[in-house]
Amino acid sequence: MTGPILLTLALASVTTLILMALALPLAWWLATTHSRIKPVIEAVTALPLILPPTVLGFYLLLLMAPASPVGGFWLEVTGSTIAFSFSGLVVASVVYSLPFAVQPLQAAFERVGPDMMEAAASLRARPLDAFLTVALPLSARGALTAAVLSFAHTVGEFGVILMVGGNIEGRTRTISIAVWEHVESLEYAQAHALSAGLLVFAFVTLFAVYAIGRGRMLHVR
Amino acid sequence: MSADLVLDLAHRRGDFALELDASLPPAGVTGIFGPSGAGKTTLLRLIAGFDRPDRGRIVFDGEDWTGLPPSRRPVGTVFQAPRLFPHLSVRGNLDYAVKRAATGGPAYADVVESLDLAPLLDRRIQTLSGGEAQRVALGRALLTAPRLLLLDEPLAALDTERKAAILPYLRNALTRFAIPALYVSHSIDEMARLADRILVLRDGRAAASGPAGAVIEGLDPAPGEGFEAGVIVEATVAEAANAYGLSRLDLAGQVLTVPGLEGVSEGAVVRLRIRARDVAIATQRPEGLSIRNVIEAILMERRDRGIHAELLLDTGGPHLRARITRESADALGLAEGQTVFALIKTVSLEGLV
Repeated sequence: MTGPILLTLALASVTTLILMALALPLAWWLATTHSRIKPVIEAVTALPLILPPTVLGFYLLLLMAPASPVGGFWLEVTGSTIAFSFSGLVVASVVYSLPFAVQPLQAAFERVGPDMMEAAASLRARPLDAFLTVALPLSARGALTAAVLSFAHTVGEFGVILMVGGNIEGRTRTISIAVWEHVESLEYAQAHALSAGLLVFAFVTLFAVYAIGRGRMLHVR
Repeated sequence: MSADLVLDLAHRRGDFALELDASLPPAGVTGIFGPSGAGKTTLLRLIAGFDRPDRGRIVFDGEDWTGLPPSRRPVGTVFQAPRLFPHLSVRGNLDYAVKRAATGGPAYADVVESLDLAPLLDRRIQTLSGGEAQRVALGRALLTAPRLLLLDEPLAALDTERKAAILPYLRNALTRFAIPALYVSHSIDEMARLADRILVLRDGRAAASGPAGAVIEGLDPAPGEGFEAGVIVEATVAEAANAYGLSRLDLAGQVLTVPGLEGVSEGAVVRLRIRARDVAIATQRPEGLSIRNVIEAILMERRDRGIHAELLLDTGGPHLRARITRESADALGLAEGQTVFALIKTVSLEGLV
């Protein structure tokens, strides 16, 4: 039973790290750009919120197939296929949870606003310096919310994982897959243990997010 | 290469167009004066580098700043709102500037002392009053070791009382650190107190430019500009305050009596603002009059505007402006070149020079 739990935690941790690295620049760009393609990028980023996980998983699976350019390239570089592997799960999770990382960050960056960034520039801070020393500290709560939501959403995913990873013990069988597996095998006790664990985890996570949000409101006042 | 700040700019945003070709001497305080929407803030933003002009260039002391990003321009900006970093203390905000400052700027201790920041250093930004926050913002800008200070209506968000409290700090700092400054304001009083020269902007164009006194005395309010025509005069204290609380000032050999200068000793130079509507005109030296300030002058210029006649007077030293009705002017037969007596009802003190 610990196998799926450890795998899930590993997947969520790696996914969150990669997501934050991707989402910070992307959210900053979205928050500050006047580009006409901004709504396009915003829509693409938000797609995983609307698309059924099976649709997303289906396309990711096609993309990861050894015959496709992406899957073929991966096979050439790493020597193994990306579909039905831990790496494949990470890629799928990053795509699937992207809006949960980008949107809180973008909102936080938009609240920082151009005024503070101009003030930083007027004090000789170059753009990256100003980003790290002004925008990021002022968006700390948004960043924390983004990280918590990314992690939690990855822990809770099912459809995409089933499509892209299948159900391979030790490689792609996460908690949600394991619950499904136990239920299919009528092992309700094991299903209960994992499900209750996830339920508590989900509640604690959401409670933390709302507590962070409340703290921000108080902070503004 | 001239050391001037050369501004040759064209910038259009929607209906508004700024078009300017000016050269400002890089010393003292240059006031940028004009009504809202005249382009004052836009001009400062172009100089700071926050906006890029459609065309033109900005050259300071022979260095072309036009293509430089804001962080590479040696200017210090004080915005209308203080824009202090809320995640840092007062000290943290000042240190932010110090860490990135060029060399050769005002010393930390001097800035803290001149703006009286020592009691604020450990305070959180959220606990500062508007005036305190603006003092910190000015200190922070000074600590970047700027070669040019841009002050964008730094007092506009403050009430009259706070404004009066911060003005002496501002004046003191500008004089003490002798960093050339552009001071944007739509308040003629702030201009009179702080500016050595004035550039008047109207509808994105320079309407007048020159020494503060000359520009102010030539200024007529455009619609929407809430100020009174008048002059700025500098006069020397000839006699310190007497038992009545009145001091005598020497105004090019004539005597001006003013209250409110207790504690100011002989020889000090004060700056006065005399509004045109507070000056009446007599063609002979009047007798038996409660008004004590009677200054003999030559009528240099008479301009008739609507019901008023605007008069420019030469006292042999400073100029005075008077606004009387056209009917009075005709009844007195006022014509350019004649000798008149200016009766000054009120003088407002703008401070020591």
